[in-house]
Amino acid sequence: MEAFTELDAVASPVMRQNIDTDIVIPIHRLRDVAQAELGAYAFEPLRYLPDGSDNPEFPLNKPAFKGAQILVADNNFACGSSREGAVWALMGMGIRCVIAPSFGPIFHNNCFQNGVLPIQLPRDDVLAIAAELEGATRPGANSEPRLAINLHERTVTTPSGRKIEFKVDGIRRESLLKGLNEVELTLTKENEIAAHQAKARKATPWLYQTSLSS
Amino acid sequence: MPKTLFDKIWDRHVIADLGDDYALLHISRHLMHDGGGRGLAMIKAAGQKVRNPDLTFATFDHVISTEPGRDHNTLKPYAQRLYDMRDEAKRWGIKLFDLGQPGQGIIHVVGPEQGISLPGTLLVCGDSHTCTHGGMGAIAFGIGATEVIHVLATQSLVQRKPKRLRATFEGTRHSSVTPKDMILHLIGQIGTAGGTGYAVEYAGSAIRALEVEGRLTICNLSIELGAKIGMIAPDEKTFAYLKGRPFAPTGAMWDQAVTDWRSLASDADAVFDREVTVDVGKIAPQITWGTSPEQVIPVTANVPDPSSVADPDKQKAMQMALDYMGLKAGQPIQDAKIDWVFIGSCTNSRMSDLRAAAEVAKGRKVAGHVRAWVVPGSENIKREAEAEGIDRVFKEAGFEWREPGCSMCLAVNGDTIAPGQRSVSTSNRNFVGRQGPGGRTHLASPAMAAAAAIAGHIADVRQI
Repeated sequence: MEAFTELDAVASPVMRQNIDTDIVIPIHRLRDVAQAELGAYAFEPLRYLPDGSDNPEFPLNKPAFKGAQILVADNNFACGSSREGAVWALMGMGIRCVIAPSFGPIFHNNCFQNGVLPIQLPRDDVLAIAAELEGATRPGANSEPRLAINLHERTVTTPSGRKIEFKVDGIRRESLLKGLNEVELTLTKENEIAAHQAKARKATPWLYQTSLSS
Repeated sequence: MPKTLFDKIWDRHVIADLGDDYALLHISRHLMHDGGGRGLAMIKAAGQKVRNPDLTFATFDHVISTEPGRDHNTLKPYAQRLYDMRDEAKRWGIKLFDLGQPGQGIIHVVGPEQGISLPGTLLVCGDSHTCTHGGMGAIAFGIGATEVIHVLATQSLVQRKPKRLRATFEGTRHSSVTPKDMILHLIGQIGTAGGTGYAVEYAGSAIRALEVEGRLTICNLSIELGAKIGMIAPDEKTFAYLKGRPFAPTGAMWDQAVTDWRSLASDADAVFDREVTVDVGKIAPQITWGTSPEQVIPVTANVPDPSSVADPDKQKAMQMALDYMGLKAGQPIQDAKIDWVFIGSCTNSRMSDLRAAAEVAKGRKVAGHVRAWVVPGSENIKREAEAEGIDRVFKEAGFEWREPGCSMCLAVNGDTIAPGQRSVSTSNRNFVGRQGPGGRTHLASPAMAAAAAIAGHIADVRQI
């Protein structure tokens, strides 16, 4: 997994509540398209018009937000299906960080498995960040629609220079900073797993009769 | 210290405390399906081992055809995926319920049906509707593809302990109000993010009054509340349901298990982080009007007007949903003419669901312009329904009777509705494009879906 430490990049607001993972990546694309190619289909129902051309209303299609590596989203972002392809599709379009008031719980875990940082902030802060980003795209604006993320310091710096602190769980932060692979880490705990399982087999033996009854 | 049902089961599965409310958890049951079946291919590619093949169970449900008489040809173009999964399961000694065998079906129907999903287990599967199994008194939740690899390789998972929410349902429901209406109503009340960050326990006299199948329907929609875990304490109904099922414990082991399971309830003075109460006597049959399960109304209501809400973001979301769904604010929802009815999915494809829909369909005819499908949840349900003659009731009414699978709930197997078409579905998600790009989905109970099929438009089952 690629480490995540600091990121200073264009950030695009996609301010719509309850964007589900079926919108982030439609199921038929997940079925038919290779993981590395999913980026072209991220947000497909919002991003393209029925004739396949770019929807000019979709923020990431606007010149100011092209190449964004940070998404700013509204409540309950990426709710619904557990498909990890939602994270892969975002990564495929270059996204490494999503800021929102709340996330779908399975998507939130899937981000950490792929070196993508989900930042949860109070909705007022998220709305203010989105407004600043929009403001920075207006003619005559003296800043760019960029955010600076620092995972060491746990801060987001907005175009106006405002610094907002965020929380991230210690174990998740550590893994992101070092780019650790969770499966490999857990495999080093085999003794503890085996000890627990031996204890569980004694305490609840009926759970381990599976191969006998089949 | 008093404990909730959730805490009792969680504590049993903690291998190691990782700080910050994180734990390495033992996984006592792992389920696999052909949508997430690439897990075995990924284990193979990574050169890793399946640590406990005896604790993993698999079947085909997502990408398989549900066409009657399905064979190698109708399974194309995804057949190779099935064959690979079959080979890998065999190589590791993982129990796989194959097509045409008892035990094949939608994984969330099969787990309880086979006695695999037991009270007190910590059960995971690479599918968000894994919360369904919480209806058996388990902690059950959906995981992503990398977490599936983690479980296969280590029989454990790193998770943060969620907060606890208790949703108490009291009162007596009207006969036409089903478990689906109860949970849709709750989602409408607290919103599709109302349970985010929580494990939900459903409690109260109206939950205790439900049979096991209805409890599975309630827990199934927990993820549509934003909660990946929903659960109900096991009781005598749970034990009676499980007894004699193929993978349930037997003999002395059964008695030992039941003694333990009786301790699996929240202590009387256990504290929840949030409490919600619902009076089921006030619930009418529900129907969704928009593109999120929280956009739900009683079937007697009119489509809501965005200008009636204060929050401009909510207004915008409502207007976008109305535009996508081809509906006008203020119109009676029952005026919406439909093209499709889908009765099936891990939410509503069990015997009690099929019986309820058949009761409405009996002696009536599906409207001429409507195509209506019934997709039983498992091979066993299909056989039981056919033995009862339920398939004939449906067929005589003009419904199509199909093979078990996920089918048109997520439409990944090619079972789709066309752009702009309108469907009443007993499934769990009315998301944009869920039943096919451009398709419009209204969620409802099996009886309401059958009523719509006959009326040709969204209809109140009480008026049929």
